[in-house]
Amino acid sequence: MQVLPTKVDRSSEEFRANREAMLAKLAEFEELQAKARLGGGQKYIDRHRKRGKLLARERIELLIDPDTAFLEFSTLAAWGTDKNLGANAVTGIGVISGVECVISANDPTSQAGSSNRYTLAKTLRAQDIARQNRLPLVNLVESGGADLPDQAEVFITGGKWFRNLTQLSRLGIPTVALVFGNSTAGGAYVPAMCDYAVMVKERAKVFLGGPPLVKMATGEESTDEELGGAEMHSRISGLSDYFARDELEAIRMGREIVAHLNWRKQGYGPTMPADEPVHDPEDLLGIVPRDLRVPFDMREVLARILDGSRFEEYKQLYGTSMVTGWGSIHGFPIGVVANQQGVIFSEEAQKTTEFIQLCNRYDLPILFIHNTTGYMVGKIYEQRGIIKDGAKMINAVANSTVPHISLMAGVSYGAGNYGMSGRSYDPRFVFGWPNHKVAVMGPKQLAGVMSIISRAAAEARGQTYDEEADAAMRAMIEHQISEEEQAYFSTARVRDDGLFDPRDTRTVLGIALSAIHSGPVKGTSEFGVFRM
Amino acid sequence: MIRKLLVANRAEIARRVFRTCREMGIATVAVYSEPDRHAPFVADADEGVPLGGSTPAESYLRIDALIEAARRTGADAVHPGYGFLAENAAFARAVIDAGLTWVGPPPEAIETMGSKLRSKRLVADAGVPVLDSIDLSGLDEEAIREAAERIGYPVLVKASAGGGGKGMRIVPDSEHLLDAVEAARRESASAFGDDTVFVEHYLEAPRHIEIQVFADRFGTTVSLHERECSIQRRHQKIIEEAPSPALTAELRERMGKAAVAAAEAVGYVGAGTVEFLFQRGEFWFLEMNTRLQVEHPVTEEITGLDLVRLQLLVADGQPLPDEVREPQMRGHAVEARLYAEDATRGFLPVTGRLDRFRFDPGVRVDTGVEDGSEISIHYDPMIAKVIVWAPSREEATSRLATVLQRAEIHGLVTNRELLVRILRHPEFVAGEFDTHFLERHDPALLARPLPDADEERMSAVAAALAAQEDRRRSAKVQATIPSGWRNSPSQNQQVVFTGSDGDVTVGYRFVPRAGLTVEVDGRPLSDVRLVSASPDRVGLEVAGRLGWYRIHRVGPVHHVDGPGGYCRLVEQPRFPEAELEDTPGSLHAPMPGKIVKVLVAEGETVDEGQVMVVLEAMKMEHSLKAPHAGVVSNVRVGPGDQVEAEEVLVVVDETSEE
Repeated sequence: MQVLPTKVDRSSEEFRANREAMLAKLAEFEELQAKARLGGGQKYIDRHRKRGKLLARERIELLIDPDTAFLEFSTLAAWGTDKNLGANAVTGIGVISGVECVISANDPTSQAGSSNRYTLAKTLRAQDIARQNRLPLVNLVESGGADLPDQAEVFITGGKWFRNLTQLSRLGIPTVALVFGNSTAGGAYVPAMCDYAVMVKERAKVFLGGPPLVKMATGEESTDEELGGAEMHSRISGLSDYFARDELEAIRMGREIVAHLNWRKQGYGPTMPADEPVHDPEDLLGIVPRDLRVPFDMREVLARILDGSRFEEYKQLYGTSMVTGWGSIHGFPIGVVANQQGVIFSEEAQKTTEFIQLCNRYDLPILFIHNTTGYMVGKIYEQRGIIKDGAKMINAVANSTVPHISLMAGVSYGAGNYGMSGRSYDPRFVFGWPNHKVAVMGPKQLAGVMSIISRAAAEARGQTYDEEADAAMRAMIEHQISEEEQAYFSTARVRDDGLFDPRDTRTVLGIALSAIHSGPVKGTSEFGVFRM
Repeated sequence: MIRKLLVANRAEIARRVFRTCREMGIATVAVYSEPDRHAPFVADADEGVPLGGSTPAESYLRIDALIEAARRTGADAVHPGYGFLAENAAFARAVIDAGLTWVGPPPEAIETMGSKLRSKRLVADAGVPVLDSIDLSGLDEEAIREAAERIGYPVLVKASAGGGGKGMRIVPDSEHLLDAVEAARRESASAFGDDTVFVEHYLEAPRHIEIQVFADRFGTTVSLHERECSIQRRHQKIIEEAPSPALTAELRERMGKAAVAAAEAVGYVGAGTVEFLFQRGEFWFLEMNTRLQVEHPVTEEITGLDLVRLQLLVADGQPLPDEVREPQMRGHAVEARLYAEDATRGFLPVTGRLDRFRFDPGVRVDTGVEDGSEISIHYDPMIAKVIVWAPSREEATSRLATVLQRAEIHGLVTNRELLVRILRHPEFVAGEFDTHFLERHDPALLARPLPDADEERMSAVAAALAAQEDRRRSAKVQATIPSGWRNSPSQNQQVVFTGSDGDVTVGYRFVPRAGLTVEVDGRPLSDVRLVSASPDRVGLEVAGRLGWYRIHRVGPVHHVDGPGGYCRLVEQPRFPEAELEDTPGSLHAPMPGKIVKVLVAEGETVDEGQVMVVLEAMKMEHSLKAPHAGVVSNVRVGPGDQVEAEEVLVVVDETSEE
């Protein structure tokens, strides 16, 4: 395989300016992550510690094997909302007793670990990741239950939480609950629906109704411990499978449970040399333009992500606005589909369709790197059947069964997002760089389109168009879209699995691919009817 | 001509003899006890004969079994090594009577020299200076007291058949005399089957200097110069050297002549050692050892002779070669004896598995053990002799200290630290010391770990990083992902070690694009670079200084050999196990051994420090004392019981406050 060359000029003004802009963005991003790590803030952390309890992240650090990685998802969930940054939960992939697992932990320092709409989105997404990739799911439970002011947004959807758990169990994907504290009312079903429940002495509290509710309902006097203590559930009700004397013991038991699963991954595993890229990933900061209207060379990106910077390009001279080809990351072979010039023409769509079919033939996961403004519009293109070609590509993407990963590197507008296996196409993971943008179209375009439509409507009604109002409307729409297309906006709503420093891309993708190989990696030759 | 030699011994000395046999083309036969079946010395021999049993009495001391072993294998000669039957005239006779060649002196010489009293009289008649001594055999308490008074306190009570400090007691005044005599008799009876003890005057600052002699059957007896053996613990030599820094050429000549006279007085043949006490230019005959000595290698190193080869030649009836008649004396040789014992706890013998035992190449290490050897309770705790030669004394002692410091000795506590510190001690370096060196200098201090607290902390960092590297290399999933990678890092990787200086907490993190950060006990290390890391070797640069660390993990124990020496770090489990319940007031066995006496009964009131149990282990008797005053509530053992280390022997309830 060819080692990709580079044309990056580190001394250029452009490179330096891009790098500075990205570093500023990353500083801001890291500041937000640091804030998210504080959960409910120092006061609540201190209070929690004073009770002799471990923080959610401390529990995770002890649960996973020393020196292994932890890939945390959606670190900035609930950004820009009235809910705490991070959404009262920590989720991610970690290695427990040599087994890659999804870990889903309540953060009891943050609004008592209660579940708001973002918590729910993050938690359900973690369950999806466990199911799609066949990863055991370990829940670290200590939650005050539903965020009551947000009940309208969580109650109906929240039922999925428990449904997912039992469905995972049905699929043979192990589910474990380590109960460190409150897990009451609906929350009581978390340990109940899991294959394994571990409860911590004098800490776990698992009941449908607490003493006041019981008193109201039946007049019975009762205590927390009688209704739902670890001792009671371990000796009397049998809901608890393991009785832990303290948190550390509960974590040790969790590790032992995973150790006894005799877990065997079903993917074919890494098959290629996993050497570092020849070109320095540091350059990515200067390669990505500070103004995303300027396209960038995806081969320069690939040269800093792929093993040994090796890339075998498919149809290099055809449909040149899309780069397709093969390489590997941390030894896992992949196909790559990357937008080179933003726009997708018929040739690009056809080439990508073929490429996706080839990857399915040979069971190769596909990495989609987004930087697209969508499918080409215009008379010639419509008449030549751009819709039919776009449909072919969407057909191929939608029915492809090899795992997909979407990397949001630049913009992702319009049907381009769909064709590139955007979130609604169920890729196994969606990761983004903090600079990326996603929307139906760019703010200027959207405002402009709205303006043209309004003008036409006014003219049709024979009214004079209010230019001043138009300008105000355009400004307002532009502002709204600029806000909504931001990476933070979509990551806040868990529309991706998190944002990362571009320099960490190779590591993030390596962990994701390894996790993917926990389940079978298998392509298909069955697709919808292709419009020819 | 000897064709096949049986060595009636074990371990280091057996291997030593086999080595020379191989060089001389002589076939070899090993004999072994049950616990020694897989010992390296057995594998070193061409053939072997199992003796059965585990105690010396059941195995290496069985004369009939040894003769039968020689017969069965067709051995035509027997070498007794040292210890066991090496100075047993009956054995020598049995060998000779069986028509085999005895590699040792005539039985009569053994007998004569074996009696300290007779030997002393004999050599005194030959003009060799001696110290007075009185045989206590058959004397009543009153007579024993009188004898000691006549000699003058302080006195030394010694076993007649003794050697190596066994059955020996120093008595400062009459109050302790009778107890000491009783103990010496008991030890001597147990170790040598003879309870004859005698008493002599005790010198305050003597040196122990001995002369290696060699005699053939043709009337030639030569001195192969002296060995300085004054560094002793519990009357056992631990560092020996040749020549002695205390001797002038004139003194050497006089002592050599005296030694030759002593040997000639008993018609000696073969290798022997005449031991002298030496104080301020004067010397007195102490005893003659009618065997090859443990410390013979230093003589070999300075003379260039192979003493075992000479023994075999002489036994074979050949005259001493010419080079022996005019022995050279070249440079300086030092030997250190490595013991599996804890010098910080009164030289308590240590048993268990020696996980690793490695020295720099090119160093003479005479040993019976190797990686993985088990040190049992049955035999002497000496595991090796390390010998170096150099042109000068300064160089030789300094090199030996370095060799010992760098050695990888893992799994057992040894006296290595003590040896290194003695070798570097100003008194030792100056050559000005006597047999009381370790009474003046606290062995517990000399034996503490070589690295200081700072070096121990660095070793802990190195150990943490090596273990980290090991885990990464053996990872079954995500093996190539950066160590401990986090996209939103909240804390360091953390490991807590228990070292000699308390707990050390090491925190570390490989920060992408920034490198390694390390915290020790919560304080960041400045300017850290991991130059190189493998599971067993780490190069760590801290504040402009690079150190290399060799690391070996056995379970939770990290053995670290760093620039400052060895430290043993025990990794604390991340998830503590429940603590074992212990009955307060329990007296535990400090090591595996056999109960000799139980001096208390249930219901008896005892004082703190009162001896409750006598335990025999590693051929020493240990008095185990009450941990506090109280009433004996439980006696779990009786005489003759074999006990494990840490086993509860007796429980003492604390006396109630009323």
